[in-house]
Amino acid sequence: MLKDITLGQYHPGDSPIHRLDPRSKLLLTIAYITAVFLVQSAAGYLLPLAYLLLVTWLAGIPLRYLLKGIKPLTMILALTFVLNLFFAQGETVWLQWGFLRLTQEGFTTALFFSLRLVFLVMGTSVLTLTTSPVALTDAMERLLSPLRVIRFPAHELAMMMSIALRFIPTLLEETDKIMKAQMARGADFESGNLMRRAKAMVPLLVPLFVGAFQRASDLAMAMEARCYRGGEHRTRMKVLRFSRLDVLAALSMLALVLLIMGEGSLYG
Amino acid sequence: MPIVIQGLTHTYMQGSPFQATAVHEVSLTVGDGEFLGLIGHTGSGKSTLIQHLNGLLKPTAGRVLVDGADVFAKDTDRRAIRRKVGLVFQYPEHQLFEETVAKDIAFGPKNLGLEDNEVDRRVRAACGAVRIDYDSLANRSIYELSGGQMRRVAIAGVLAMEPEVLVLDEPAAGLDPRGRADILYMIQELHAQRAITVIMVSHSMEDVARMVNRIVVMSQGRVVMDGLPAEIFARGEELRGMGLDVPEAVRLADELRAKGFDIPPEACQMEEVRDAILAQIGGAGRC
Repeated sequence: MLKDITLGQYHPGDSPIHRLDPRSKLLLTIAYITAVFLVQSAAGYLLPLAYLLLVTWLAGIPLRYLLKGIKPLTMILALTFVLNLFFAQGETVWLQWGFLRLTQEGFTTALFFSLRLVFLVMGTSVLTLTTSPVALTDAMERLLSPLRVIRFPAHELAMMMSIALRFIPTLLEETDKIMKAQMARGADFESGNLMRRAKAMVPLLVPLFVGAFQRASDLAMAMEARCYRGGEHRTRMKVLRFSRLDVLAALSMLALVLLIMGEGSLYG
Repeated sequence: MPIVIQGLTHTYMQGSPFQATAVHEVSLTVGDGEFLGLIGHTGSGKSTLIQHLNGLLKPTAGRVLVDGADVFAKDTDRRAIRRKVGLVFQYPEHQLFEETVAKDIAFGPKNLGLEDNEVDRRVRAACGAVRIDYDSLANRSIYELSGGQMRRVAIAGVLAMEPEVLVLDEPAAGLDPRGRADILYMIQELHAQRAITVIMVSHSMEDVARMVNRIVVMSQGRVVMDGLPAEIFARGEELRGMGLDVPEAVRLADELRAKGFDIPPEACQMEEVRDAILAQIGGAGRC
């Protein structure tokens, strides 16, 4: 039931992509997003496609995982495609039906914008598939830490995120267990109208909240007992270091951006 | 009302990199009025197995028949199955949610759609069965109770459904010695007086040795032993290999036997071993 939900979509592995510093992965993903926006034509997407395929192959992730990431977007994609298809300006009319005009330009624009969405999502999926949530928050903390100068609470923010991430599976498990325990006592979470269903949630939510507050208080106590007092002067067990791999990755991304810009200039 | 488990397999998160098979082709028949102890190391699949008995988990393969009806057949009313097979989870006090003790125990019977006076009768009966004094505690908040009392109220909540089979997952876990003894004694009494079938998951060999009349041992998702307590405890080496142990009394009897004493093999409770020792040394006239 609820146990079957995977949090995020981290796909553990030991590939060169997995071994990249999470900071570079985060920055390179941002660079990749920019690169996708620089693409000028539908054919230009062959470049990010080749790049994505290469990275996915290096990471050893089954291709269907990338495609699975697009699934929830099907509706938005369809909408983008249809709207652009019929409402983009164009000269070469293929079909005219009332006020709806299907033009060649409209078709290209529709394809272009839909592909942009697909590539954005697939690119960010590679990041979350190869980076554990903990590594990601760590990277975020390190990247945001220069902002401490203007009193931005980078460490606190990252700590809150890691704690939240840490407790999501626990809470899911707890929800699953309480739900089953109440179902064993004849509770029905699945039928009835909205009002009835909302009422049926009470036997689930009350114990869940009591448990969550209990846990939060225990955790606070345990952190206090170990003298936690925020990020100042805190050292780390796993220090993030850039390696030659990160330089290579950065260079490859630079190549992609340059190629895309070169391809774009063909169209003047 | 027998429970028949046939070739039951359960795999969590099938098709993902985290796929794990918790129960592997288990077949088991539990007859009327049995008191069965289900033991095994943490992660041996006990808890997963028992959640199939009232249809909370759907088997990946195989089936479960309760009173001859396949729990996951299309035309089976799983709510009716849950009324017949009461399941008490581990740390059941975490499921309490109502304002008062009586209201919480009434949650199950109310879900069955019973009349108010029948609900009231069942709440009182369930309180009596778990030794919660109805008159003084019924209108208390559940958060005013001690840990042991909360556990008993939670068990009463399942008993109020008046199940024919009672399944308990580690009913004494995390209680102090007094609370443990109370809960276990209460379960024994229930089994004796109401003639219901009881399936109890535990990893305490002492408790199991004292209470049950049949033991099923699980290891890595499979049933590896099934028999009378004395038969199971005679295989101490194998049990230790699975991270389990035999009760202290059995260990004592084994060591005495190695030293040449004649302790009957069916003695697996401290009292029986004591009597056997007394008979021996008394007979030898050394006392």
